[in-house]
Amino acid sequence: MKKRSTLVSIVTILMLSLFLSACGKSSDSTTSTQQLGANAGENATELSFWTFVDLHGKHLDKMLGLWNQANPDKQIKLNVSVMPYDDMHNKLLLAVTSGKGAPDIADIELGQFPKFLEGDNVPLEALNDVFAPYKDVVVPSRVEIYSKADQVYGFDYHVGATLAFYNTEILEAADVDYKTIKTWEDYKQAGIKVFEKTGKYLGTADTSATWQASLLLAQQNSDFTDANGNPKVNSPEMIKAFEMLVDLQKNNVIHTIPGGQPDTEEAKGEYNKGNYASALMPEWYMSRFVNEMKDLKGKYAIAPLPVFEEGNPRSVGLGGTGTVVTKTAKNVQLAKEFVAFAKLSKEATTEIWNTLGFDPINMDVWKDDAVTKNPDNEYVQYFKTNAFDTLNEIKNEIQAIKSVKASPSIGSVLNTVTLNAIFEDGKDVKEALDEAQEAIEQELK
Amino acid sequence: MIKKFVYSQKVAPYVFVLPFIFIFLIFWSYPLLNSFIMSFQDRMLGQDPKWIGEANYSKLLTDKVFLTAIKNSVVYMLGTLVLLIPFPMLFAVMINSKLMLGREFFKSSFFLPALTSVAVAGTIFRLTFGEMEGSLMNSFLGLFGVEPVKFLKDGEWSMAALLILACWRWTGVNMLYYLSGLKSIDNEYYEAASIDGASAWQKFKNITMPLLKPTTIYVTTISVYAGLAMFTESLMMFNGNNSPKNIGLTIVGYLYRQGIEKNKLGYAAAVGIVLLVIAMVINLTQLKFSGMFKKEED
Repeated sequence: MKKRSTLVSIVTILMLSLFLSACGKSSDSTTSTQQLGANAGENATELSFWTFVDLHGKHLDKMLGLWNQANPDKQIKLNVSVMPYDDMHNKLLLAVTSGKGAPDIADIELGQFPKFLEGDNVPLEALNDVFAPYKDVVVPSRVEIYSKADQVYGFDYHVGATLAFYNTEILEAADVDYKTIKTWEDYKQAGIKVFEKTGKYLGTADTSATWQASLLLAQQNSDFTDANGNPKVNSPEMIKAFEMLVDLQKNNVIHTIPGGQPDTEEAKGEYNKGNYASALMPEWYMSRFVNEMKDLKGKYAIAPLPVFEEGNPRSVGLGGTGTVVTKTAKNVQLAKEFVAFAKLSKEATTEIWNTLGFDPINMDVWKDDAVTKNPDNEYVQYFKTNAFDTLNEIKNEIQAIKSVKASPSIGSVLNTVTLNAIFEDGKDVKEALDEAQEAIEQELK
Repeated sequence: MIKKFVYSQKVAPYVFVLPFIFIFLIFWSYPLLNSFIMSFQDRMLGQDPKWIGEANYSKLLTDKVFLTAIKNSVVYMLGTLVLLIPFPMLFAVMINSKLMLGREFFKSSFFLPALTSVAVAGTIFRLTFGEMEGSLMNSFLGLFGVEPVKFLKDGEWSMAALLILACWRWTGVNMLYYLSGLKSIDNEYYEAASIDGASAWQKFKNITMPLLKPTTIYVTTISVYAGLAMFTESLMMFNGNNSPKNIGLTIVGYLYRQGIEKNKLGYAAAVGIVLLVIAMVINLTQLKFSGMFKKEED
């Protein structure tokens, strides 16, 4: 009896440990590396690139093909490593500041960017010379956010203009026409109707991201920080913004969402099931719809955001990723030229819209109907309206939110403590924001 | 000369402990000394360090987030002590008993979770305790008509989830320590007790418990340290180092946030020194009261 049970347990352990160690491996080694630039010759220069978004690697792959064709004497092979967001930024910061082990080219997310610009010895290469030819065609505010003392350090993929995405199927069921939503009051009345007739929420009350806070501040020409970069998260504009959101929440117009904000796995599941009828997000959220919420194809329409009063600016560029060249790059000049080509050229920006579905920072493309209204484009096919109709309508109203030294602390306090206190625990807005201001100041001391 | 040296009985013991001494000096004393120095500096990678005296420590004292982290770590540590000492001891006694059926099966299945990677286990627990209606815990509660709970947004629930994860992972390991402790207890004591007519409870209380004391002291010591230094479990459970309202932030999590995420190495070093002091104070007190420092009395 005893022998048999021993045997059984040994076999069980062996089987399970095999299974579990297999799991362990795949999740521990989340970094995947691959070499791009198949058409490069033997004399090609090898460069390395770190990113946290798989699709960014695919974009560079296409650009690399074009680059190698056009520059036979300066061909490149690119080793792309894709790592999880936190992991990549932490490793990159350690590598560039210690001067060892950094890649030649890397993606740095906007919220993380100020950390790389701190102090006097910025570990990144200034890109001013390769930027000069594109100076007049790109959106200036999208370059400023990656600059310090007139030196440009990164090129973005997109503007990230905030838009309103409406689920027309749900709205029609509630007898609401999204085109009539112009102000937050209209949005509220529409949401009340939607909840009464369908039991669904019109929007989200975000607890883990500041998209909503940013767009509401921009509409009031305000920001999280003052002109000197000091935090002011308990400003009258912030209080007005959050009191409006709390009012929407109390009227069942918006509701907290699993995952805490629309751009999370859990939340995209909720959207895909049709539990929320609108998303007020930057333009790049289109790519999440097309790639991760396939059930909603043909149901969503795009419109400008509601505002407090008609005449307020209706959009703000949010989110973003700057591609940088590190000081330790093997061939700095080549890396810089390639990054400018891959991010700013007409070819690049056309490709950014086609494969990534982003609103490129080179605005030449915005006017090119052959590109933006191409019926074969999946981002054109998915939505009921064309994104560029709305983008061109609001293009002179796109504000910016500054990204400064205090920004990472502001983001982490709001996203971990304050937003949860307001929307989950029902804490008084002013009180919560005063505490946030105090916590941020304490952290920056 | 060399031969004399190699065969010398006086030198040999030093040669044998040399590797340990080196490892101790290079990987323990040096980093400890260095972080002690760093804790008095304003230090960032890539920039020159600045000596700022005790500024980091006085900032820590008023840092509410750090106090939250200490509270979380201490509550977690106490929770693991309450759950991971008596129960593994009890299970070990049960499994050691000849009356128990399928002993080997229980032994291995209790131990199995310790072999899984924390990354995998933490992710699975995160999904289990998800706030969606369809998550495992909420579907289970749904059977009894309970509304979905947002487990990982609530301080008490998420501490419970972390403790459940800890129990699932470490019960088997602590049980093995106790099993080996039990094997070293001479059976004659129990026979003598039986002859005197002692009940099972009396035998447990008066023979097993006292003779397991060295094991208990050992398990307590490592549990205090492991509890205070917990980090990966929380990182995986909350899918990152930022949990809602910092309910999952631990001391090491705060050290990581300051040192790695914000590149404030001096401040992070001060956090580390405070952790060391807390762990040492608790453990030394505990060891003193359990009589570990007294000389063996015959």
